Amino acid sequence: MILKNSKILLEVCDLRATVNGTEILKGLNLTVRSGEIHAIMGPNGSGKSTFSKILAGHSAYEITGGTVLLEGKNLLDLAPEERARAGIFLAFQYPIEIPGVVNSQFLRLTYNTVQTHRGHEELDPLEFDDFVREKMKLLEMNPDFLERSVNEGFSGGEKKRNEILQMAILDPRLAILDETDSGLDIDALRIVANGVNQLANENNATILVTHYQRLLNYIVPDYVHVMEAGRIIKTGGKELAFELETRGYDWVGIEHDTAARATA
Amino acid sequence: MSATLENIVNQPYKHGFVTNIETDVAPKGLNTDTIRMISAKKKEPEWLLEFRLKSYEAWLKMEEPGWQNVHHPKIDFQAISYYAAPKQKPKLKSMDEVDPELLRTFEKLGVPLHERMALAGVAVDVIFDSVSVATTYKHKLAEVGIIFCSMSEAVTDHPELIQKYLGTVIPPSDNFYAALNSAVFTDGSFCYIPKGVKCPMDLSTYFRINTEESGQFERTLIIAEEGASVSYLEGCTAPAFSSNQLHAAVVELVALDNADIKYSTVQNWYAGDENGIGGIYNFVTKRGLAKGVNSRISWTQVETGSAITWKYPSCVLLGDNSVGEFYSVAVTNHYQQADTGTKMIHIGKNTRSTIVSKGISAGHSNNSYRGLVKVAASATGARNYSQCDSMLVGQQSGAHTFPYIQVANSSSQIEHEASTSKIGEDQLFYFAQRGIDAETAVSMIINGFCKDVFQQLPMEFAVEATALLSFKLEGSVG
Repeated sequence: MILKNSKILLEVCDLRATVNGTEILKGLNLTVRSGEIHAIMGPNGSGKSTFSKILAGHSAYEITGGTVLLEGKNLLDLAPEERARAGIFLAFQYPIEIPGVVNSQFLRLTYNTVQTHRGHEELDPLEFDDFVREKMKLLEMNPDFLERSVNEGFSGGEKKRNEILQMAILDPRLAILDETDSGLDIDALRIVANGVNQLANENNATILVTHYQRLLNYIVPDYVHVMEAGRIIKTGGKELAFELETRGYDWVGIEHDTAARATA
Repeated sequence: MSATLENIVNQPYKHGFVTNIETDVAPKGLNTDTIRMISAKKKEPEWLLEFRLKSYEAWLKMEEPGWQNVHHPKIDFQAISYYAAPKQKPKLKSMDEVDPELLRTFEKLGVPLHERMALAGVAVDVIFDSVSVATTYKHKLAEVGIIFCSMSEAVTDHPELIQKYLGTVIPPSDNFYAALNSAVFTDGSFCYIPKGVKCPMDLSTYFRINTEESGQFERTLIIAEEGASVSYLEGCTAPAFSSNQLHAAVVELVALDNADIKYSTVQNWYAGDENGIGGIYNFVTKRGLAKGVNSRISWTQVETGSAITWKYPSCVLLGDNSVGEFYSVAVTNHYQQADTGTKMIHIGKNTRSTIVSKGISAGHSNNSYRGLVKVAASATGARNYSQCDSMLVGQQSGAHTFPYIQVANSSSQIEHEASTSKIGEDQLFYFAQRGIDAETAVSMIINGFCKDVFQQLPMEFAVEATALLSFKLEGSVG
């Protein structure tokens, strides 16, 4: 929801980044305020996933210019775990399997780590069990998940649900969902979207990174951004997504180039 | 991030100090005079001297094994001193007579020798260089008929048992290092659980090498009579020297009908420095004979130390329905080399064995699992399950698996599973994105990986092993 006078959560200014010497982000600008849902769309290779990982602090990318502020603080100074504790959450496109580490232990450790950082009490295993089971209902998850190794042998849909479960537990300020809809059948998509909608409130914000408009039928964005070649080249409301669905991405690029030439 | 993994693995060794104590060290070198000297020092009966001399004869004809996947300069067996003992009063009447320097050493190592402060519920025999310096709870155990003492005492006080069992599970000619041990062993622990007795507390031996140029050749013998059971723990540390010390032990277990022996080791000998200088050569022969029907021998080992580890705690399943188990975690870092595993020899009918081996290699180390499952024609209905998992940490380490399976009947079932995994940047990033730092993540992954083995350890050992592993691997992921 777009709120009047809501405060800025994330401010990205002229962000540039490289991987192995190749520039992937070429001056990206984005402002996200509390309460808002932003969708970032764009063709393969436009830098959408890279942008998500950079916000989370992945070490493979080198920041070569620009600034990123989270609630006014320099995010780029923080290690990945500090960013997570500060409220950045990334739902991975391909959640990582961790054999031997039990999901319930992992979830409790991550919950308690983030809670401690926020100055809250930790939960003991029994309290946490009640807490997590309540959250699992939201995502219609079988409690058996708790006893399995983190993501090991999970189907694509189960992994994505496990991501949203973690998001529900950690209650982030800014959630970035990287292609969360990929690999989901229509029922799972509905459940996941429902979970995301229920978690959204006036104090947090969500960035949806996606290829397809499909997800946006279930999670309605306040803004839709089109990304190409490492920057955002067009921003609109939810109707932009429908236009992209019918016309594809090419016209946006052409329009952008024409506009750029006109200004030059 | 690689720097974090490096630091996690590269913690210093805590037990590397040397005790300043007057020591009686034999001149270097090995010949029949050395053996006669050891035997005389220990006032041994003639038959034991014979045993030693025969072993020495056998050893002279043997060659060092060359098949293991480890490399080291040739050992000069004449440059080793075969006997080193702290100078002390000839016979100790109580713990109060133990040299205070020794008491302090073991307190520092977390093994207090005074029973009033001893580990609750664990009796300890403490071996310092070549001799046993103390055994706790001896008298309490004697009340239920359990004999728990040093090997030297056992030779004097219970010669019939020693003569009956010594070298029956591992004959002196078994292998090069067993022969050497049989010729020159100096002390060790002896434990006898009489018929029907369940040992009321864990028994334990703590080995400490202190002298730089001596080898340690100890000998442990555990007998569980019909229906008896015992849980035995072994711990070891050594000072950090830039030279290598040889540790060639022999451990023999005998379980009679319905008897149960559980033997757990946390091996933390000095492993050498980060360039591979110094450290213990741990060349050990351990074997259990499940002699009686329904008997059980279970080995659990956590191998974290030593420059080179060469050991295969094995089970000979002779009695029908007998059970052999081997649970192992072997961690190598820097330039450590480990070639370890087990042998399960099925001879009796319906014998069962389980092998669970977890190898973790970091730094430039090499970690090999080597295991033999042999099912004789007589072992109808035998079953074996083996699981060998390797985990690689960093880019320079190696993991190897050498399973051998020989089956001579058609009614047996053998299963073998193996996997290799890597602690990856991706896993660490995933943990980090959930607020968890790299050290916690590594220790969680490693503990998850080793869980099947750790849950076999007695409680206080499991805690120690978990701590030791996180400590050992601190800084190595990357």
